[in-house]
Amino acid sequence: MIMGMSYVSVWVLDQDAAKEFYTAKLGCELTNDLKLDNGMRWLTVRPEGSKGLELLLMDPAHSMLDAPTAEQVRALVAKGALSPGVLATSDCRGDHKALSALGVEFVQEPAVRPYGIEAVIRDDSGNWYSFTQRTT
Amino acid sequence: MTAAPGTSALRMLRQARDRIDRDYAEPVGIASLAAAAGYSHAHFIRAFHAAYGETPGAYRTRRRVERACELLRSVNLSVTEICHAVGFTSLGSFSARFSGLMGQSPTAYRAEAARRGGPAPIPGCFALMWRTGLPAPPEPAAAPGEADGPEPFPSHERRPPAPRSAISEKSSGPAQP
Repeated sequence: MIMGMSYVSVWVLDQDAAKEFYTAKLGCELTNDLKLDNGMRWLTVRPEGSKGLELLLMDPAHSMLDAPTAEQVRALVAKGALSPGVLATSDCRGDHKALSALGVEFVQEPAVRPYGIEAVIRDDSGNWYSFTQRTT
Repeated sequence: MTAAPGTSALRMLRQARDRIDRDYAEPVGIASLAAAAGYSHAHFIRAFHAAYGETPGAYRTRRRVERACELLRSVNLSVTEICHAVGFTSLGSFSARFSGLMGQSPTAYRAEAARRGGPAPIPGCFALMWRTGLPAPPEPAAAPGEADGPEPFPSHERRPPAPRSAISEKSSGPAQP
């Protein structure tokens, strides 16, 4: 029986900056920051209201990817092509106000959709997330 | 081919494209986007095209036409009002760009959408208030009429429509204020 997702991998350009962004701005809790023997830095954060899912903030340059592939991934992240998925919020408009004040970049302001209130944000690397409060 | 741009250059291009996505209706010139991204005008257009496969002017035109499509489907404003709401300054260039991308005029597009899914469900006065900053309803459920119509797709998965034909910077030029 599949129970859901436990980690989502998020490619980031700079793990120190990502750690700061996800904790200080998005309000996530730092759950791990470990340097592994193979050079990989295992950096994970948990959204405040998460029931289990954590975000794994991965540096492509220190991952399973070969160097040219890592550089391609970095370019895709930087140009804004990648999205790890949807962040669920309990208050899209309230979070929009609070996160904007902290300097979080909103590509799309909250708008009412058939399934809820949705905004779109980017992290500091360029990943975009739908930022959605379900109303159905 | 020149060398691939580094991530910091790509970041500047992404921010310029995000600004087009956000401020599509504003008369923001390509030159000011280029300046904000730290490029000369011509270099910016080349670098943007290299990263995203079309010029910033063409991308903005597609963004405006995509927004116009949504309004034509969901709001009972006139075509002229929609033309201005999405940032075009002349009805002639709006119709020409729209037809070029969608293969039919705004009026024909609206008529076809109405045949498929019924007339636009949202009163135009409401949409205009919304656009200019309608306060948030106290309860989301209190504004059922504000829903965007019978579209099951998350909006972030709706990219601007693919071009029907190659659009050059030159051909989208007159539409840009």
